[in-house]
Amino acid sequence: MELSYREALNQAMREEMRRDQRIFLIGEDVAYYQGAFKVSKGFVEEFGPQRVIDTPITEAGFTGLAIGAAMAGLYPIVELMTMNFGIVALDQIVNNAAKIRYMSGGQLSVPLVIRGPGSAAHQLGAQHSQSLEAWFCHVPGLKVIAPATPHDAKGLLKSAIRDPNPVIFIEAQLLYSTKGEVQEGEFIIPIGIAEVKRMGRDVTIVAYSKMLLLALEAADALSREGIEAEVIDPRTLKPFDLQTIVTSVKKTGRLVIVEEGWHFCGLGAQIAESLYATAFDYLDNPIRRVTGEDIPMPYCRLLEDAAIPDLPRVIEAVKSLL
Amino acid sequence: MVDMDRADLLSLYRQMLLIRRFEEKSAEMYALAKIAGFLHLYIGEEAIAVGAIASLRPDDYVISAYRDHGHCLARGSDPGRVMAELFGKATGLCKGKGGSMHLVDLPHRFMGGYAIVGGHIPLATGLAFANKYRSLDLVTVCFFGEGALPSGQAHEAFNLAALWKLPIIFICENNRYGMGTPAERAIALYANVAETARSYGITAESVDGMDVLAVRTAMQRVVAEVRAGHGPWFIEATTYRFMGHSMADPAHGHYRTKEEVEEYRKRDPLLLLKNAMMTQKLADETDFKQLEREIGEIVRAAVQFAEDSAFPARSDLHADVLQE
Repeated sequence: MELSYREALNQAMREEMRRDQRIFLIGEDVAYYQGAFKVSKGFVEEFGPQRVIDTPITEAGFTGLAIGAAMAGLYPIVELMTMNFGIVALDQIVNNAAKIRYMSGGQLSVPLVIRGPGSAAHQLGAQHSQSLEAWFCHVPGLKVIAPATPHDAKGLLKSAIRDPNPVIFIEAQLLYSTKGEVQEGEFIIPIGIAEVKRMGRDVTIVAYSKMLLLALEAADALSREGIEAEVIDPRTLKPFDLQTIVTSVKKTGRLVIVEEGWHFCGLGAQIAESLYATAFDYLDNPIRRVTGEDIPMPYCRLLEDAAIPDLPRVIEAVKSLL
Repeated sequence: MVDMDRADLLSLYRQMLLIRRFEEKSAEMYALAKIAGFLHLYIGEEAIAVGAIASLRPDDYVISAYRDHGHCLARGSDPGRVMAELFGKATGLCKGKGGSMHLVDLPHRFMGGYAIVGGHIPLATGLAFANKYRSLDLVTVCFFGEGALPSGQAHEAFNLAALWKLPIIFICENNRYGMGTPAERAIALYANVAETARSYGITAESVDGMDVLAVRTAMQRVVAEVRAGHGPWFIEATTYRFMGHSMADPAHGHYRTKEEVEEYRKRDPLLLLKNAMMTQKLADETDFKQLEREIGEIVRAAVQFAEDSAFPARSDLHADVLQE
């Protein structure tokens, strides 16, 4: 069935909340406003305000509360209105959620999902346009997921909710209205498995979240010139499925990584390092990264577009390897 | 003192004595480099942990900050496993991965010590939230120092607890200093810290934190209120730490005088209870000598257990980062 990304997330949470009373949704305006991006449409009507909980604008407080509830055996889903606001809750995420299991010698668990949109939308300014996945991936004890399609969003969110660990689930404002085919009925997608989204022989492009759509668009354009790109979506950023990319690079010998986050210490740097360490001999050229610019996001659309990877830059990167 | 029998009072004294002697021994072990890192002693503040926890059920939650040995021991944790954790041994409560500031004992519902000031207070509201969500009549007790009181996370937690009428008791152990900074230079309402909680609509009171019976009496009443679903409560327990902030800090340091420390030592919580019992002829020197022998043996055995235990294996390094 065709669903929007937004509807897919809604279905995933709804199915899981019907299955397990321990799951609740908490965040700013998730109940009666139905979520800032309407992801929790119909939830308070179905599950009631005990399980769909509006909070004051206190990310540290309610994220910490959710972590404590998870320590006590509940399965909270925290909606951050945007991932940018997660910075306010970073102490809770990094110092508590990620460490409690290890510090307690395995006595405590934090089965928790923190989800919300990351990356830029249009002209939201510097404080609302950040791609922070590399920060979260850097911290031991967290899993990080950034799905690009409605099908992946549904299957991976269900897995994230069932996971006994804290999971950062990064959506994108510009993906909420995108549509795609979603498998009928009950299904989950295991965490930590990449998917080849397009087969090709000449070059491998790795891209996640909304950059996947850009990579696929670039692959189509390149195909018209006779260049066949293989496009891989890691889907889960931590744990990272290196093997699927290595297998592809052994075939193509070339790799381009597309990411919206800042260049310096971005996730692509880690992916490249992992590839060099395991598949150096298969690479015909150095790995190319297409990334966001190392600047706070400007407001002006012209400048904003210049700060984010776009079609010409991806195509140029691919061609530079051929 | 009415309605308290001799055995009951001796039991309170015994628990405070265990914390006192355990920590004196851990300071010795620190000097011998058996314990490293940060070691924050609770000496002088024992009446709060013992008096408060004595009024709880075994399935209530307790959570604390980094000065957590006393709360953990008062909750009933095995002193040997606590000492082994301080030694970094595999038999420690947290397999040597937590250390002094991060003791956790889940079977005793001791949900941990946390070392980012104010950061565990939201966690405490989450434990309380879970109990309310499940309609359980359990309470959560959250200990923190007055140094955490001005932190934003404390205020966010107070607001949430009051807003959602969570079954939680915030116990502010006001020992007058956040490390070396006195409360009057850190807290706008230093003269009446309970006012902070009242401003969120939380019922708040102050109690003499040197008097274990005063703490317990207050807590018995408060626990009943909170267990009955009458919302959160805040108790300021006034106290004093006889030792430095941590082992890196001498007993009085530059920020307070020797005389001030000596003055507070006259109100040592162990001394107060002992004197009261002696005056009322509920116990004599023989009883206290007997307790000293008994506790001395427990602490000696705890050190022996820690000494005899193995360190974790290198192969344990990556275990327990994630749950399978």
